[in-house]
Amino acid sequence: MTTGMPPLDASSEHLLRELAPQVLGAVIRRFHDFAAAEDAVQEAMIAAVLQWPTEGIPENPRGWLIQVASRRMTDQLRSEMARRRRETTEAAMAEAVMPVIDLQPDTDQDDTLILFFMCCHPALTSSSAIALTLRAVGGLTTAEIAHAFLVPESTMAQRISRAKQTIKSSGMRFCMPTPQEQVERLRSVLHVLYLIFNEGYTSSSGAHLQRLELSQEAIRLARCIYASLPDHAEVAGLLALMLLTDARHAARSGPNGELIPLDKQDRGMWDQAKISEGIALLTTALSKGSVGAYQLQAAIAAIHDEAPRVEDTDWAQILAFYELLSNMSDNPMVALNHAIAAAMVHGPSKGLELLKELDSDARLAGHHRLVAVRAHLLEMAGDYQAAITDYRIAAQRTTSTPEQNYLLTQAARLSEKIRD
Amino acid sequence: MKYMLMMNTMTAGEIYAGVSGWQNQDIQAHTVFLKSLSNSLRDSGELVCTEGLSLPDQARIVRAGKGGEPVTDGIFPEGKEFLAGYWIVDVEAPQRAYEIAARASTAPGPGGTPLNMPIEVRPVMSCAPAKML
Repeated sequence: MTTGMPPLDASSEHLLRELAPQVLGAVIRRFHDFAAAEDAVQEAMIAAVLQWPTEGIPENPRGWLIQVASRRMTDQLRSEMARRRRETTEAAMAEAVMPVIDLQPDTDQDDTLILFFMCCHPALTSSSAIALTLRAVGGLTTAEIAHAFLVPESTMAQRISRAKQTIKSSGMRFCMPTPQEQVERLRSVLHVLYLIFNEGYTSSSGAHLQRLELSQEAIRLARCIYASLPDHAEVAGLLALMLLTDARHAARSGPNGELIPLDKQDRGMWDQAKISEGIALLTTALSKGSVGAYQLQAAIAAIHDEAPRVEDTDWAQILAFYELLSNMSDNPMVALNHAIAAAMVHGPSKGLELLKELDSDARLAGHHRLVAVRAHLLEMAGDYQAAITDYRIAAQRTTSTPEQNYLLTQAARLSEKIRD
Repeated sequence: MKYMLMMNTMTAGEIYAGVSGWQNQDIQAHTVFLKSLSNSLRDSGELVCTEGLSLPDQARIVRAGKGGEPVTDGIFPEGKEFLAGYWIVDVEAPQRAYEIAARASTAPGPGGTPLNMPIEVRPVMSCAPAKML
């Protein structure tokens, strides 16, 4: 942003970001053009960041943003009309530039939800849906999103503009999908939020500080959708999963950004407030009946979080939850974790047996995660030589630097153990 | 997921050193092709960065000497493979990176014939963990 300008304080920034989807909803309702309205709101947000610190927060910040965005829209319409050399009556123009009378705060929750559905449209690739959600619902700037994903701003701008084109050509209108469609759409929305959270769930060191904020943003957006759908158990389940996972964040990496696995973490560093909030959300969600994959994952996270020491972990219960999860979804990563839980309950040979079945799964064959888990179970079984070999193979195959370092460290540690 | 697409000169003697011997229109066609490839990747929101490198006769291999001072080796006129240029793209799946590489490989050479250059595709390491669900 421009140098010499005072930055927006945290509470104003929070307010601005909260208002973003509401303002966008109002502007779309007025002008019926999602793509253009989204650009106009982005400009209004940037104007607020520049003007509010010096001019103070307007009395009605929401109205201010709608007004600024609407002005951009009419400016754009006007130049569009001029470009098309179309004659237009003064009356039509006057109507378009009339001051905004914004009397629809009741629709805010719905508007935010519709925006979520639009931005996570199934026709979009996940990276486009992520970018568009962060901008249109999250109120982040293109520059911030580009920075978080380590790509140039122009590339991110293109990605967003193409995503909006895709939505436009899909013919989706700004209205609530039918209850039937909503089920499918909500699944995409939750998946996109889960991906955003996962992107951010990394080391907090150095250059990746920004990525950490992505997981905070995912939590904020999950809260936002939870506010719209408080009775939806999977929405609560996802929010709980994020909180229960994020609670361990400070303990999850060492001073040099190295990965610290769950069993070696300093549990005193876990965020108890987040754990309590996550467990409360989950308990309510589970009481509602329809148990989904996010709730089960949250339940597993909660069992880990509730164990004061690693040896207190209730693996039998974790195993039971993984069995439920495996029945529910054909996800190879779930199958891997299931094997770990089985090894913890019934011993490593049981886990290795389950892994053997996964060898024939094309999605997992040779995958570094499968090899890493096998290394871990081989180590548990006392077959250090084979474990070292697998740790090294897994290290060669992963594309994650912290994981690679971790796996190489495990191989080195075991080699030293054999030598001694 | 980010991938680096590396275009190697087959050998320093072969293709790129040979560019100096190409017809003007062939050089133009080659340049236009590469530029339009980059533009289309920018438009699709997939381009992270791209650079072309100087010809291998500008290359030096550098090592630190005893006092840490740079000791250079080169020029390498013949028989060595060098990186000619690269693209880093951010794509949904490896197949898409391979598609882009195949397109880059068809950059035209003398007479407009595709060079079918080998393009090496490698995932770029990241800090993000593997996805769970």
